[in-house]
Amino acid sequence: MLIKFFIKPRKGVLDPQGRAVAESLKSLGFDNVKDVKVGKYIEVYVDSTDKEKAIEEAKEMAKKAIVNDLIEDYEIQVVE
Amino acid sequence: MRFGVAVYPGSNCDYDTYYVIRDILKKEVEFIDYRETDLSKYDCVIVPGGFSFGDYLRPGAIASHTPLTQALKDFASKGKFVIGICNGFQILTEAHLLPGALLPNNHGKFVCKHQYLKVENNETPFTKNLSKNQIIKLPIAHHDGNYFVDPGTLAEMEKNGQIILRYCDENGIIDESTNPNGSIGNIAGVCNKEKNVFGLMPHPERACEPILGTADGLLLLTSLIN
Repeated sequence: MLIKFFIKPRKGVLDPQGRAVAESLKSLGFDNVKDVKVGKYIEVYVDSTDKEKAIEEAKEMAKKAIVNDLIEDYEIQVVE
Repeated sequence: MRFGVAVYPGSNCDYDTYYVIRDILKKEVEFIDYRETDLSKYDCVIVPGGFSFGDYLRPGAIASHTPLTQALKDFASKGKFVIGICNGFQILTEAHLLPGALLPNNHGKFVCKHQYLKVENNETPFTKNLSKNQIIKLPIAHHDGNYFVDPGTLAEMEKNGQIILRYCDENGIIDESTNPNGSIGNIAGVCNKEKNVFGLMPHPERACEPILGTADGLLLLTSLIN
Protein backbone atom coordinates (compact mmCIF):
# COMPACT_ATOMS: atom_id res chain seq x y z
CA MET A 1 0.00 0.00 0.00
CA LEU A 2 1.18 3.51 -0.76
CA ILE A 3 0.74 6.47 1.56
CA LYS A 4 1.05 9.87 -0.11
CA PHE A 5 1.81 12.90 2.04
CA PHE A 6 1.16 16.34 0.56
CA ILE A 7 2.82 18.96 2.78
CA LYS A 8 2.67 22.73 2.46
CA PRO A 9 3.48 25.75 4.63
CA ARG A 10 0.65 26.58 7.03
CA LYS A 11 -1.47 29.63 6.40
CA GLY A 12 0.28 32.69 7.82
CA VAL A 13 3.72 31.04 7.68
CA LEU A 14 6.12 32.78 5.36
CA ASP A 15 6.80 30.86 2.14
CA PRO A 16 9.69 32.61 0.33
CA GLN A 17 9.77 29.95 -2.41
CA GLY A 18 6.06 30.30 -3.07
CA ARG A 19 6.36 34.07 -3.21
CA ALA A 20 9.27 33.89 -5.67
CA VAL A 21 7.41 31.43 -7.90
CA ALA A 22 4.31 33.66 -7.84
CA GLU A 23 6.36 36.69 -8.92
CA SER A 24 8.00 34.62 -11.64
CA LEU A 25 4.65 33.44 -13.01
CA LYS A 26 3.33 37.00 -13.01
CA SER A 27 6.40 38.17 -14.92
CA LEU A 28 5.56 35.53 -17.56
CA GLY A 29 2.17 37.14 -18.02
CA PHE A 30 0.04 34.93 -15.76
CA ASP A 31 -1.68 37.99 -14.29
CA ASN A 32 -4.40 35.96 -12.60
CA VAL A 33 -1.94 34.25 -10.19
CA LYS A 34 -3.06 35.16 -6.66
CA ASP A 35 -0.80 33.01 -4.50
CA VAL A 36 1.61 30.08 -4.73
CA LYS A 37 2.56 27.59 -2.02
CA VAL A 38 5.63 25.41 -2.45
CA GLY A 39 5.59 22.26 -0.36
CA LYS A 40 6.76 18.67 -0.30
CA TYR A 41 5.46 15.37 -1.57
CA ILE A 42 6.50 12.17 0.21
CA GLU A 43 5.65 8.56 -0.68
CA VAL A 44 5.74 5.89 2.02
CA TYR A 45 5.25 2.26 0.96
CA VAL A 46 3.88 0.01 3.71
CA ASP A 47 3.07 -3.66 4.09
CA SER A 48 -0.62 -3.48 4.83
CA THR A 49 -3.94 -4.72 3.49
CA ASP A 50 -6.18 -2.72 5.82
CA LYS A 51 -6.75 0.76 4.39
CA GLU A 52 -8.31 2.18 7.55
CA LYS A 53 -5.35 0.98 9.59
CA ALA A 54 -2.93 2.45 7.05
CA ILE A 55 -4.66 5.83 7.33
CA GLU A 56 -4.36 5.75 11.12
CA GLU A 57 -0.71 4.79 10.82
CA ALA A 58 -0.14 7.59 8.30
CA LYS A 59 -1.58 10.12 10.74
CA GLU A 60 0.79 8.86 13.44
CA MET A 61 3.73 9.12 11.03
CA ALA A 62 2.71 12.69 10.20
CA LYS A 63 2.42 13.63 13.87
CA LYS A 64 5.69 12.01 14.96
CA ALA A 65 8.00 12.74 12.04
CA ILE A 66 6.76 13.68 8.58
CA VAL A 67 5.10 16.99 9.50
CA ASN A 68 5.80 19.82 11.94
CA ASP A 69 2.26 20.97 12.55
CA LEU A 70 3.39 24.31 13.94
CA ILE A 71 4.54 25.37 10.47
CA GLU A 72 3.06 22.84 8.03
CA ASP A 73 -0.34 21.60 6.84
CA TYR A 74 -0.74 18.22 5.20
CA GLU A 75 -3.10 15.88 3.42
CA ILE A 76 -2.90 12.11 3.22
CA GLN A 77 -3.93 9.81 0.38
CA VAL A 78 -3.73 6.07 0.75
CA VAL A 79 -3.56 4.08 -2.48
CA GLU A 80 -4.07 0.30 -2.50
CA MET B 1 31.21 21.07 35.57
CA ARG B 2 31.40 18.30 33.00
CA PHE B 3 30.35 18.93 29.41
CA GLY B 4 29.25 16.67 26.59
CA VAL B 5 29.13 17.65 22.93
CA ALA B 6 26.52 15.79 20.88
CA VAL B 7 27.69 14.37 17.56
CA TYR B 8 25.22 13.44 14.84
CA PRO B 9 26.07 12.46 11.27
CA GLY B 10 26.49 15.90 9.66
CA SER B 11 27.38 17.87 12.80
CA ASN B 12 30.22 20.24 11.87
CA CYS B 13 30.66 22.60 14.82
CA ASP B 14 31.33 19.76 17.25
CA TYR B 15 35.13 20.19 17.24
CA ASP B 16 34.94 23.99 17.60
CA THR B 17 32.70 23.53 20.63
CA TYR B 18 34.93 20.80 22.10
CA TYR B 19 38.02 22.97 21.59
CA VAL B 20 36.49 25.98 23.34
CA ILE B 21 35.42 23.96 26.37
CA ARG B 22 38.68 22.03 26.71
CA ASP B 23 41.29 24.62 25.70
CA ILE B 24 39.69 27.95 26.61
CA LEU B 25 37.23 27.21 29.40
CA LYS B 26 39.56 24.46 30.72
CA LYS B 27 36.67 22.16 31.57
CA GLU B 28 36.19 18.44 31.12
CA VAL B 29 34.44 17.57 27.89
CA GLU B 30 33.61 14.48 25.83
CA PHE B 31 31.91 13.85 22.51
CA ILE B 32 28.61 11.96 22.76
CA ASP B 33 27.50 9.70 19.94
CA TYR B 34 23.91 10.23 18.75
CA ARG B 35 23.07 6.60 19.70
CA GLU B 36 24.09 7.11 23.36
CA THR B 37 21.40 7.18 26.06
CA ASP B 38 23.42 7.31 29.30
CA LEU B 39 24.07 10.97 30.08
CA SER B 40 24.63 10.50 33.82
CA LYS B 41 28.20 11.84 33.84
CA TYR B 42 27.37 15.20 32.26
CA ASP B 43 26.13 18.45 33.78
CA CYS B 44 25.64 20.19 30.45
CA VAL B 45 25.18 18.84 26.93
CA ILE B 46 25.80 21.14 23.98
CA VAL B 47 24.02 20.26 20.74
CA PRO B 48 26.28 21.84 18.12
CA GLY B 49 25.70 23.34 14.71
CA GLY B 50 25.95 21.66 11.35
CA PHE B 51 23.61 19.85 9.03
CA SER B 52 22.59 16.78 11.02
CA PHE B 53 21.27 14.04 8.73
CA GLY B 54 21.70 16.40 5.79
CA ASP B 55 18.79 18.61 6.93
CA TYR B 56 16.56 15.93 5.34
CA LEU B 57 12.82 16.33 5.96
CA ARG B 58 13.34 19.54 7.98
CA PRO B 59 16.50 20.85 9.71
CA GLY B 60 16.83 18.95 12.98
CA ALA B 61 13.84 16.68 12.33
CA ILE B 62 15.64 13.35 12.01
CA ALA B 63 18.19 14.14 14.73
CA SER B 64 15.29 14.86 17.11
CA HIS B 65 14.26 11.18 16.98
CA THR B 66 17.68 9.73 17.81
CA PRO B 67 18.34 7.96 21.14
CA LEU B 68 20.59 10.81 22.33
CA THR B 69 18.02 13.56 21.69
CA GLN B 70 15.30 11.49 23.34
CA ALA B 71 17.60 10.97 26.35
CA LEU B 72 18.11 14.74 26.51
CA LYS B 73 14.43 15.11 27.48
CA ASP B 74 14.95 13.11 30.66
CA PHE B 75 18.31 14.86 31.21
CA ALA B 76 16.65 18.29 30.97
CA SER B 77 13.75 17.26 33.20
CA LYS B 78 16.31 16.67 35.97
CA GLY B 79 17.39 20.30 35.74
CA LYS B 80 20.64 19.58 33.85
CA PHE B 81 21.69 22.12 31.22
CA VAL B 82 21.22 21.80 27.46
CA ILE B 83 22.45 24.34 24.91
CA GLY B 84 21.53 24.10 21.22
CA ILE B 85 23.54 26.21 18.80
CA CYS B 86 22.27 26.82 15.23
CA ASN B 87 21.36 23.33 13.96
CA GLY B 88 21.36 22.36 17.66
CA PHE B 89 18.63 24.98 18.23
CA GLN B 90 16.66 23.49 15.32
CA ILE B 91 17.04 20.00 16.83
CA LEU B 92 15.81 21.18 20.25
CA THR B 93 12.69 22.81 18.75
CA GLU B 94 11.94 19.70 16.66
CA ALA B 95 12.31 17.61 19.86
CA HIS B 96 9.92 20.02 21.68
CA LEU B 97 12.58 20.82 24.25
CA LEU B 98 12.10 24.43 23.17
CA PRO B 99 8.99 26.12 21.75
CA GLY B 100 8.71 27.31 18.15
CA ALA B 101 10.34 26.35 14.86
CA LEU B 102 13.07 27.66 12.57
CA LEU B 103 11.82 28.45 9.07
CA PRO B 104 13.92 29.24 5.97
CA ASN B 105 15.32 32.79 6.04
CA ASN B 106 12.78 35.23 4.64
CA HIS B 107 15.16 36.35 1.86
CA GLY B 108 15.80 32.77 0.77
CA LYS B 109 19.57 33.05 1.10
CA PHE B 110 22.19 31.62 3.43
CA VAL B 111 23.35 34.39 5.78
CA CYS B 112 26.94 34.41 7.09
CA LYS B 113 28.23 37.49 8.96
CA HIS B 114 28.92 39.06 12.32
CA GLN B 115 25.69 40.14 13.96
CA TYR B 116 24.91 42.42 16.90
CA LEU B 117 22.58 41.01 19.54
CA LYS B 118 20.82 42.52 22.53
CA VAL B 119 20.55 40.62 25.80
CA GLU B 120 16.89 40.67 26.74
CA ASN B 121 17.11 38.55 29.87
CA ASN B 122 20.32 38.25 31.91
CA GLU B 123 18.62 36.45 34.80
CA THR B 124 19.27 32.97 33.42
CA PRO B 125 22.17 30.57 34.09
CA PHE B 126 23.31 31.14 30.48
CA THR B 127 23.45 34.94 30.59
CA LYS B 128 24.27 35.91 34.16
CA ASN B 129 27.72 37.28 33.15
CA LEU B 130 25.98 39.82 30.92
CA SER B 131 23.84 42.82 31.77
CA LYS B 132 20.30 43.46 30.58
CA ASN B 133 20.24 45.25 27.20
CA GLN B 134 23.98 44.65 26.74
CA ILE B 135 24.95 44.53 23.07
CA ILE B 136 27.25 41.72 21.99
CA LYS B 137 28.59 40.62 18.60
CA LEU B 138 28.56 36.99 17.42
CA PRO B 139 28.81 35.25 14.05
CA ILE B 140 25.69 33.86 12.42
CA ALA B 141 25.72 31.31 9.58
CA HIS B 142 22.43 29.71 8.60
CA HIS B 143 19.79 29.18 5.95
CA ASP B 144 16.94 28.33 8.32
CA GLY B 145 17.13 30.78 11.21
CA ASN B 146 13.76 32.47 10.86
CA TYR B 147 12.26 31.87 14.31
CA PHE B 148 8.53 31.30 14.29
CA VAL B 149 6.11 30.69 17.12
CA ASP B 150 2.35 31.18 17.41
CA PRO B 151 1.24 34.49 19.00
CA GLY B 152 -0.22 32.84 22.12
CA THR B 153 2.99 30.97 22.93
CA LEU B 154 5.07 34.05 22.14
CA ALA B 155 3.11 36.16 24.64
CA GLU B 156 3.62 33.48 27.29
CA MET B 157 7.35 33.30 26.51
CA GLU B 158 7.69 37.09 26.79
CA LYS B 159 5.90 37.00 30.14
CA ASN B 160 8.15 34.19 31.43
CA GLY B 161 11.36 35.91 30.31
CA GLN B 162 12.14 33.15 27.81
CA ILE B 163 13.37 35.53 25.10
CA ILE B 164 17.12 35.72 25.71
CA LEU B 165 18.63 37.41 22.63
CA ARG B 166 17.31 39.61 19.84
CA TYR B 167 19.03 40.70 16.62
CA CYS B 168 19.90 44.41 16.61
CA ASP B 169 22.48 46.86 15.25
CA GLU B 170 25.47 48.32 17.11
CA ASN B 171 23.20 50.91 18.72
CA GLY B 172 20.75 48.31 19.92
CA ILE B 173 18.04 49.16 17.39
CA ILE B 174 15.68 46.22 16.96
CA ASP B 175 13.59 46.47 13.80
CA GLU B 176 13.14 45.01 10.34
CA SER B 177 16.36 46.59 9.07
CA THR B 178 18.41 44.80 11.75
CA ASN B 179 16.68 41.44 11.32
CA PRO B 180 18.93 39.09 9.32
CA ASN B 181 16.41 36.32 8.63
CA GLY B 182 12.82 37.40 9.30
CA SER B 183 12.58 36.02 12.86
CA ILE B 184 9.45 37.05 14.71
CA GLY B 185 10.37 39.94 17.06
CA ASN B 186 14.03 39.68 15.88
CA ILE B 187 14.39 36.66 18.19
CA ALA B 188 17.86 35.06 18.08
CA GLY B 189 17.79 32.92 21.23
CA VAL B 190 15.19 31.50 23.62
CA CYS B 191 15.06 29.26 26.66
CA ASN B 192 12.46 26.93 28.15
CA LYS B 193 10.19 27.93 30.99
CA GLU B 194 12.47 26.26 33.57
CA LYS B 195 15.48 28.16 32.12
CA ASN B 196 17.81 25.18 31.82
CA VAL B 197 17.47 24.63 28.05
CA PHE B 198 18.80 27.38 25.78
CA GLY B 199 18.76 27.56 21.99
CA LEU B 200 20.30 30.22 19.77
CA MET B 201 21.10 30.67 16.10
CA PRO B 202 24.36 32.69 16.60
CA HIS B 203 27.62 30.81 17.24
CA PRO B 204 29.25 31.69 20.59
CA GLU B 205 31.76 28.85 20.12
CA ARG B 206 33.15 30.63 17.05
CA ALA B 207 33.73 33.83 19.02
CA CYS B 208 35.89 33.00 22.03
CA GLU B 209 39.25 34.50 21.02
CA PRO B 210 39.96 38.12 19.98
CA ILE B 211 41.78 36.96 16.84
CA LEU B 212 38.39 35.81 15.52
CA GLY B 213 37.02 39.38 15.57
CA THR B 214 34.96 39.00 18.73
CA ALA B 215 35.33 37.06 21.96
CA ASP B 216 31.80 37.83 23.13
CA GLY B 217 30.91 34.14 22.94
CA LEU B 218 32.86 33.70 26.16
CA LEU B 219 30.43 35.97 28.00
CA LEU B 220 27.69 33.45 27.31
CA LEU B 221 29.69 30.25 27.73
CA THR B 222 31.35 31.31 30.98
CA SER B 223 28.01 32.31 32.55
CA LEU B 224 27.26 28.67 33.14
CA ILE B 225 30.52 27.89 34.94
CA ASN B 226 31.24 31.02 36.97
